[in-house]
Amino acid sequence: MPLPRLIPCLDVADGRVVKGVRFESMRDVGDPVELGAAYSDAGADELVFLDITATLDKRAAAVATAARVAEQVTIPFTFGGGIRTVDDACAVLEAGADKVSVNSAALARPALIEELAATLGSQAVVVAIDTEDGRVRSHSATREAGRDTLEWARECESRGAGELLVTSIDRDGTRNGYDVEQLARIGDAVQLPVIASGGAGNARHVADALAVASAALLASILHEDPARLVSLRAELKELGICLR
Amino acid sequence: MKTVAICRYGAGNVRSVELALGRLGAELTDDVANADLAILPGVGSARTAMAGLRERGLDEVLRARTKPILGICLGLQLALESSEEDGGVDGLGIVPGRAVRLRDGRVPRIGWAMVGDDVYWFAHSYVAESPAVTATSEGLAAVVEHGSFTGVQFHPEKSGPAGARFLERCLSRA
Repeated sequence: MPLPRLIPCLDVADGRVVKGVRFESMRDVGDPVELGAAYSDAGADELVFLDITATLDKRAAAVATAARVAEQVTIPFTFGGGIRTVDDACAVLEAGADKVSVNSAALARPALIEELAATLGSQAVVVAIDTEDGRVRSHSATREAGRDTLEWARECESRGAGELLVTSIDRDGTRNGYDVEQLARIGDAVQLPVIASGGAGNARHVADALAVASAALLASILHEDPARLVSLRAELKELGICLR
Repeated sequence: MKTVAICRYGAGNVRSVELALGRLGAELTDDVANADLAILPGVGSARTAMAGLRERGLDEVLRARTKPILGICLGLQLALESSEEDGGVDGLGIVPGRAVRLRDGRVPRIGWAMVGDDVYWFAHSYVAESPAVTATSEGLAAVVEHGSFTGVQFHPEKSGPAGARFLERCLSRA
């Protein structure tokens, strides 16, 4: 198996990294290229950019950001948020992204996964699954998607997904630890790599997630501070996790 | 200054390869036949990629080349005689061997893994079985070398400073 991966996740709106969209007014915390490059230097294995642009022309915004990131960042990155068609995905990949992440669009029309895999290859197709109590939720976790999480995970795999990015909604932002039991169940149900998301508060939490998942997505634990990634990596190595 | 031609044969991520070589000061050209180094990047699935190469006549241009070619990821696999992907596809036949589906571990195999003393980023579901393998990663083909062709299963253009050093060596040898 390749080495376990640490993947900082950056929320991007209108070309800037932002935070606090859900519960507070949106705050600008930096430039995606500068922050991405700093995380790369700090030892990130990959990056995820989640476009939360509220305006209609999401695709143009995503492509422009992906192009700027690709010029400076020499590690792989995934782009998600607002990708609804193969053309959307191709535009982002042609700009220099390595993978796209789809969520609600795949739930609304699962054949999108097959179309993306056929055109881009499975390795470029991440399906993000927001889950709570074994059920899938859509539209930023605001709606019940009417699907069992394990069944949806297996369906994503059979339709050609390359990775599953699994967010445990009830843990997201709590810093109480990942839902390791649920991640293990999903990992057992598929042969795909699983990226764990939601709940990281300390190095022990991340180590526990990496025992059952191939990668850990890091959001609020980093405070948009690349120096925190450096210290987290050191703490994980102390805990016996073999990193790049 | 060395000239480099990146084969374009359909949609996909050639931009990162282009940027990586630009950073190394290579001069990019569309002349696949005569460039000092030709790069065959990996795009999508084997069947679509082979069709794209044939459509543009790049299959013949690559077979006729005597100067160095670097195949990346699917680009390595396309150089082989055949691939199991998409129910069986004939490759370029530049390098003996075939691409087979990964069976063990998580598939696709995605992430960083050692090749010798360096660590590179991989993302693949198929792998070369070939007598031309010259380096492995976790027992799987990571590098094949045959005549003027070098193929790498990893993505040097996405492997940070280690990847840049690898591309620099390819460029200086071309």
